[in-house]
Amino acid sequence: MTTLGDVIGTSKVVITCGPGGIGKTTCAAALGVAVARSTERRVLVVTVDPARRLADALGLGGIGNDATVVHDVGGAGELSVAMLDTKASWDALIRRHAPDATTAQRILDNALYQNITGRFIQSHDYIAMERLHELVEQDLYDLIIVDTPPTRNALDFLDAPSRMADFFSSRLLRWLIAPARGGVVGFAARPFSQIADKILGGQFVGDITEFFLLLNTMYDGFVQRAREVEMLLAHDDTSFLVISTLESVPVTEAEFFVRELSERHLNVRGWILNRVLPPSIASDDLANAMDSLSHAELAAAVDATGADDASLRRVRDALVSNTRRWRDVALAERQQTQQLQSRDVPVFTIPTLDGEISELAGLTLLGDVLYGAEGVVKS
Amino acid sequence: MTPPLRQRRLLFVTGKGGVGKTTIAAGLARAMASAGRRVLLCSVDDRSDLADAFSLPPLRFEPVRVDQYLSVMAMDTEASLREYLKIYLKLPIVGRIGPVAAAFDFVATAAPGVREILTIGKVCYEVREEHYDTVIVDAPATGHVTGYLAAPQALQSLVRVGLIRSQTDWMLQILSDESLTGVIAVTTAEEMPVSETLQLLTAIRQDTTTHAAAVVVNRVVSDILVPRDEALAQQLATQRPSPFDDPRLDGLFAAERFAAQRREVSREHLNVLRDGIPSTLPVIIQPYCFGATTSAAIVADVAASLAEEIS
Repeated sequence: MTTLGDVIGTSKVVITCGPGGIGKTTCAAALGVAVARSTERRVLVVTVDPARRLADALGLGGIGNDATVVHDVGGAGELSVAMLDTKASWDALIRRHAPDATTAQRILDNALYQNITGRFIQSHDYIAMERLHELVEQDLYDLIIVDTPPTRNALDFLDAPSRMADFFSSRLLRWLIAPARGGVVGFAARPFSQIADKILGGQFVGDITEFFLLLNTMYDGFVQRAREVEMLLAHDDTSFLVISTLESVPVTEAEFFVRELSERHLNVRGWILNRVLPPSIASDDLANAMDSLSHAELAAAVDATGADDASLRRVRDALVSNTRRWRDVALAERQQTQQLQSRDVPVFTIPTLDGEISELAGLTLLGDVLYGAEGVVKS
Repeated sequence: MTPPLRQRRLLFVTGKGGVGKTTIAAGLARAMASAGRRVLLCSVDDRSDLADAFSLPPLRFEPVRVDQYLSVMAMDTEASLREYLKIYLKLPIVGRIGPVAAAFDFVATAAPGVREILTIGKVCYEVREEHYDTVIVDAPATGHVTGYLAAPQALQSLVRVGLIRSQTDWMLQILSDESLTGVIAVTTAEEMPVSETLQLLTAIRQDTTTHAAAVVVNRVVSDILVPRDEALAQQLATQRPSPFDDPRLDGLFAAERFAAQRREVSREHLNVLRDGIPSTLPVIIQPYCFGATTSAAIVADVAASLAEEIS
């Protein structure tokens, strides 16, 4: 048995992936709290989820694009958090990579750019990885935990850097910007130009072309960074953790993540099963005990509680019905867990905790449970 | 007053990832089809989930019939572009679609609204041509759906001439008409989903011309314990008098503690939701499906309980 804390070990980057709605951001933050409490490491959690409750729980008024230090985590380490602001990060990136200030400003002012930064396919994913690269380069933290966007059945954030590089070096881009550079439109580009003009209108195609001409000035910077990000992700000091619950859809999605990450030879160091029902609900003895309880005389309880027999019967029946409902769920979960434990990736089970996590104490508790959770690492 | 769901011709079902958006879209489609409407259910977000919901092989652009009334398809922007070119440009495209689609894909990557318009255009087209009584769209998740609904306007502001420009007008007419079109926001009674739903409803109001039709709160666990008995249940859990003292019954009280927490969290977030939305917007409570384990079984359950809402 190994703990999740051991598994993360000396990783410098931990990337949490998984479907949405399963407590991924909270787990990432809780893990950050745990590492800052139990080691002397400086930890940064980068989140994409603007949960106000998380900011509240950390005692912060809000979480912004720049890192904020969380006070009083109660340990030797230090915890900071930052929320990824796509627009602000893109603007910063353009300023950094543009050949000169005039070009940067022309890009920032371009109507297409303004629309695109919010909606560019994978712009969020790309910028998340770009930000990670920048943070690693700055070397202000010993551990950076990145909470990825909850994409479904997609690892876009992994592909985004290489796609961005491909995008800049694509033939299509060259066709598109060739006329604007004063060259002759290539034969192959002609059907596209004709149809695009007809459907989209010449002015729009012109706008797009200008935008890409400007963006093209940053080609070398983009491509080089993209390659560096790829190397960073594959590095031994980078650990991927997949998080899901035991419901069927999240498990299916998590399986996809585990498979895809492994196929890319990235280090999947654990599969965290969050919000698992208490094992006592699935225990084999419980069914028999409930049967005898259903026929049991309640006289003794009348004396002990002062409640009347009818109320006690009603409560007993309600408790039994409630348990039967959740027992089915818990049994299915147990079976599912056993199946997942037979895989190569160590499984860490996190029981559902009392109440919602609305303050640091809750986050600390969850963090301790996560950090100490045991799984089997197969050699 | 919000027009009733059964009269709508175009419904977009959206929600935060993990709340059961696809299940609700599938259940709603099934319920409407059972009521005798010809329904087209179109997946934009994730085709595999929807295929599972009807135990079908992977979906394609060409609709497949589930039964007499219900057809299911998956959006495919290249196929949609092909259909579009065929209908509007009468282009001899069969041999040339490859490079055109690749080029279009490239522009669509960069230009906001181009990819989205092919999706929105296709579903609006099905509504306009009256091939079906109702088109239900398993739409992208909350963060992205407004980009789709606002695509016609986004394109209008960027494209001043050309065929697409003239196409956006009739789409906007369908999307803006509250008696025809609506958005169904699916949520669960939890913090993030509720907060995203409230943001979504604001964004729909501010950034699109489309109207919200209903909020569905999914997986709400009905109370078995009536409120007046909660104190007694609590007392039994702490005192554990005979015959509740059997240690094998720990699970009984663990299950109640779990259910009680869920009740409390649910109540709190349902209140936040109700306070944050217009009182005229219907809130549909969809009970947690205990016992149903396959997607298809859950969809059948959901359809049965939604049948009342649309009757």
